[in-house]
Parts: sequence; C-alpha cells; structure tokens
Amino acid sequence: MIKIKNLKKHFGELEVLRGIDEHIQKGEVVCVIGPSGSGKSTFLRCLNLLEEVTEGEIYVDDELINDPKADINLIRQKMGMVFQQFNLFPHLKVIDNITLAPVMLKKMTKEEANKRALELLDRVGLKDKANVYPASLSGGQKQRVAIARALAMNPEIILFDEPTSALDPEMVGEVLDVMKDLAKSGMTMVIVTHEMGFAREVATRVIFIDEGVVQESGTPEEVFGNTKNERAKAFLSKVL
Amino acid sequence: MDERNFFQQLAFDFTRCFITEDRWQLLLKGILVTIEVSLVAIALGTIIGFLIALCNLSKNKFLKAIGGVYTDVIRGTPSVTQLMIIYFVIFATAPIPKWLIASIAFGINSGAYVSEIIRAGIQSIDKGQTEAGRSLGLNASQTMTRIVLPQALKNIFPALCNEFIVLIKETAIVGYVGLMDIQKAGDFIKSATFTAFMPLFATAIIYYVLIKLLTLGLKQLEKKLRKSDVR
Repeated sequence: MIKIKNLKKHFGELEVLRGIDEHIQKGEVVCVIGPSGSGKSTFLRCLNLLEEVTEGEIYVDDELINDPKADINLIRQKMGMVFQQFNLFPHLKVIDNITLAPVMLKKMTKEEANKRALELLDRVGLKDKANVYPASLSGGQKQRVAIARALAMNPEIILFDEPTSALDPEMVGEVLDVMKDLAKSGMTMVIVTHEMGFAREVATRVIFIDEGVVQESGTPEEVFGNTKNERAKAFLSKVL
Repeated sequence: MDERNFFQQLAFDFTRCFITEDRWQLLLKGILVTIEVSLVAIALGTIIGFLIALCNLSKNKFLKAIGGVYTDVIRGTPSVTQLMIIYFVIFATAPIPKWLIASIAFGINSGAYVSEIIRAGIQSIDKGQTEAGRSLGLNASQTMTRIVLPQALKNIFPALCNEFIVLIKETAIVGYVGLMDIQKAGDFIKSATFTAFMPLFATAIIYYVLIKLLTLGLKQLEKKLRKSDVR
C-alpha cells in the first residue's frame, strides 16, 4: 500500500530523516515509537507530503507521490490524517467539520454526507454533538470528531500523529478505544504514539525510529520483548 | 448677554445657517456625496487589500515585490497628495465623474492598510488549520476560502471596522478636488454667513451620527460572526 525508499528529510542543515525504507501493507496497524526529536512525526508527515521530501521515493498504491506530476490532492483523499492538536475547524459545527471535504470534493451530496456524518458520529459515540461548535467539546471529544472527519472521506489508510499526546489523562482511553475499534475493522493505520500499552495490544507491527533511521521493526512481542537494538533497549527501559 | 439674548442669537444663527436660501440642502447633498464616495472606496479598498495581501503572502517573488512596493508607497505619502495626483494628473482628462475618481483614490489608499490587516489575519490562523484542510484533499485555494479566510475575517473584523471609519473621515479632504461633501458644505456655509460655530458643529455632528450608525450595524454583524465561540 505504501512503499518508502531511502526517504530523507532535511530542515536546512538539520538531517531529520536519514534514509528510511519501509513497506506498509494493507490492513497493517503500524505503531511508530521513538524518543522526541527522533523524526517519527516528520516521517509520518512525509507520507502525505505535509512535509516536502528532500530525497527518496514514496509510493502509494504504486504511484510515486513526490513526483511533481502527481496529483497530491487526489492522493490525500485516500489518506486520512489525525493530528495531535485535533485541528478541528472552529468556525464550523461538528457535522459541518465532517461533511465539508466530502461535499466540496464532490464525493457525496450534502444529504449523503450528512447521513454518513451522523453514522460516523454514532460510531465514535458523539451523535448528540452533531450541531454544536468544537469549542464546546472536551479534548477527547474533539479528537473523536477528528477521527470521524478523517473517516468521512472513506480513506484507505489513516495516519495518526500522536493522537493522545495533547489530552488530559482521563480522556486518553476514549480515543484509544475508538482507534482499537477502527483497527479491528481492518483499517490500515500508521500511528505515531507514546502509548506503549496501546502499541503492544493493537499494533501488528512496531517501528522504532531514532536519529532519523529505523532502528528496529517487528511484532510488538519482538520489539517490546527482546529487542537486540541497544538504542531501542535504552528507550524502552525508560518508558516501560 | 443675558440668557434670553443668547438663545435668540442661537436661533437667529441657526436660521441663517440652515434655513435661509435652503442651505440645509447643501449639507444633505454633502452627506450623499460622503456616503457615495465612502461606500465605493470601502468596496474597492477591500478588494485591493485582499489582492495585495495575497501578493504579500505569495511565494512568487514578483508578486511579493508588487505587494511590497504598493504598501510602501501608499503608506509613505499623504492621502491628500495621492488624491490630488490621481485627480489632477492620472484622471485629468478622463470622462469619469468627480466622485468616482475620489472613490478610486481613497480605495487605492485604503487598500494598502486593509492588505496589512488581512495579511496579519491570515497569518494569525494556526498552521494546523491549513494542514487539516490539505490532508483531507482540499487544494490550497479551497482551504483558503473555506477554512482560513472565514476564521481570519472574524479575527480582523474589529480592525477592518476601524479602517472603514478612518476612511470615512478621511474623505473630508475631497474638497481639495472640488467635491461638495459634508465638510465642504459646512465650510461653504461658514464663508457665506460669517459664522463658524453653527456650521462646524453641524458638520461634526453629522459625521458623528453617520459613524455611530455604521458602528452599531457592524457590532450586530460581529455578534453574528462570533456565534461559534459559544462554549
């Protein structure tokens, strides 16, 4: 589904990603872990080109997306994204947050989109919040709406950029529950996270990134259980 | 002077300034000229301001240069000078009504200030909003018009209102190119009657009331824009 070849990203002199090769298969739930500043968020943001790629190739469904000729807007419709800071549109009601893109991009009529939005809100447990503005929601509720918004485009894959890092501890659970549900339904997901318990439970694969390269990749058992990588060992001993 | 004489004098002045020779009609026509010039200038200034703001925010060096020079030159010269250059030089022989030329001059002037307000407004919107829009597959202009601008507009609304008010008062210099607006009408009555108090205070009151009405209207509009802030 996504093939990444020798991905490099520089911010000026700073080399954040120093050559990453990965292959994300359909149906995989990949958790990306690593210390802050390791490049894991940058890696995720490169996948839908929110960050310009310095070097390397990213293929989505065999299409080279960092080719200037590629229609990135069309490719992004297949790739949902959920942000750390939610990034809901504060001037729109919850339901309009969800229907804006599908209607504007002519994927659905307004009626279809509204119906679908209510289904999605029901799925994330917020059907009664359809007609309020985001300002009246809690952090956990905002993030669940953001997930519904990403789902409304019927994406093939959803990228999560530290979805629970900005939440109060008591709200982390409700968001993780929605994500678990999503994983069970077979959605392909790439999740940058600090929630090791979640990664262990839900991930089909865990990637440990440090200093801009993938240091370790494997099943949760392999990575959390008996990693051979010294950096991964040191990191895990601090967070587990 | 006892009290009765004072009021008698006041009534006499009032009659002479506004009733005799139907001088109130001068003021009325002046109000229409001021409104006419201001409204067109506000519309023009907003459009120009928006375009210049986009130039200033653009990555294209040429557009950026245009925006930069425009703002720099307009803000660096007095509006009276600009008005006179546009009236006596640029449109000297053009068959366009006086008031429209004045509107264009004020629109061009206001555009420079409006552009800075809009630029600041767009930049005040969190980058995450643009990223969220783009990540859903919206293109840059869809994201701008549906996500960034509506929020920016709400934030800059008070500053824009302020600019409109400044602009309306600024039009009091159109007398320089021979237009009879409120200010010029008051001035004319002052010269014709050799009294300063009545016509000048009338001028001030008329401007005040006009701007008060505008402010009240805009306040209502702002309330509507703020409805998404309810918690």
